[in-house]
Amino acid sequence: MTSQPRRRRLEVEDIGDVTVVNFTDRKILDEQNIQLIGEQLFSLVDEAGRKKVLLNFGNVEYLSSAALGKLITLNKKLQAAGGRLILCNIDPQIYEVFEITKLNKLFNIHKEEQAALQAF
Amino acid sequence: MMPTAIPSAKEARTEAGQDSPAHVLIPSDAGEARRVQEEIEQALKASAYSEPDIFGIKLALEEAMVNAIKHGNQLDRSKNVRIAYQVRADVFEITIADEGSGFDPEDVPDPTAPENLERCCGRGLMLMRHYMCEVSYNRRGNTVRMLKKRKKSCGDDKVTR
Repeated sequence: MTSQPRRRRLEVEDIGDVTVVNFTDRKILDEQNIQLIGEQLFSLVDEAGRKKVLLNFGNVEYLSSAALGKLITLNKKLQAAGGRLILCNIDPQIYEVFEITKLNKLFNIHKEEQAALQAF
Repeated sequence: MMPTAIPSAKEARTEAGQDSPAHVLIPSDAGEARRVQEEIEQALKASAYSEPDIFGIKLALEEAMVNAIKHGNQLDRSKNVRIAYQVRADVFEITIADEGSGFDPEDVPDPTAPENLERCCGRGLMLMRHYMCEVSYNRRGNTVRMLKKRKKSCGDDKVTR
């Protein structure tokens, strides 16, 4: 296994009281990457105490079921902390993955970032 | 006349993918799996498979590889994953075998049931079944065979087990 540097997988920006997260990876597939992405996402809630998190999937072309698992855990963590998770800007092919798995019913999903920001 | 070049091992293997199945044996290693997945993607592109077809095959392949390496072989590098695939003009077919004890696909809970929606497992298999026309396991449950017909919906041919 090629060991990859522990680089940042997320670009995090605060817009008002919302933490907007963009993914640096176009493909969220590798177990290692997914593990790192999960850790970095969870630390936003567990360590930084963020309550409103918006995930922007604009860069993402591929997403596996292991990545969906991390999103579910993040959603649970935010709910437990009295916060909220919203997803936006999901490519139609990837949105289909959410539809197939019916996770489009679990997550709050908006097309555009602007509309998503206003939904908090 | 050009002299006939002796193909490298990789070329010989790629060539085998056109007419008869290509066989690849890899250790339980994500990097090795990635390399095979990229090779298959190149073969699909070379055969001019459509972008949505390639998207679906890649996703199903990713899930099946993770299942074989992580769940089947338990990330044990001494255990191998045996892959046979064929990219034909009308159909893509792949068999992935691990050295694990296997599982019963019937035992995997429906991940879309409301009570399971937040559980971690079962989605990989579900995505494989959605994107491929056929997904079947051997009796032991350590070998999956997947088939995708090109550029048309699987329709009534769809076999999910």
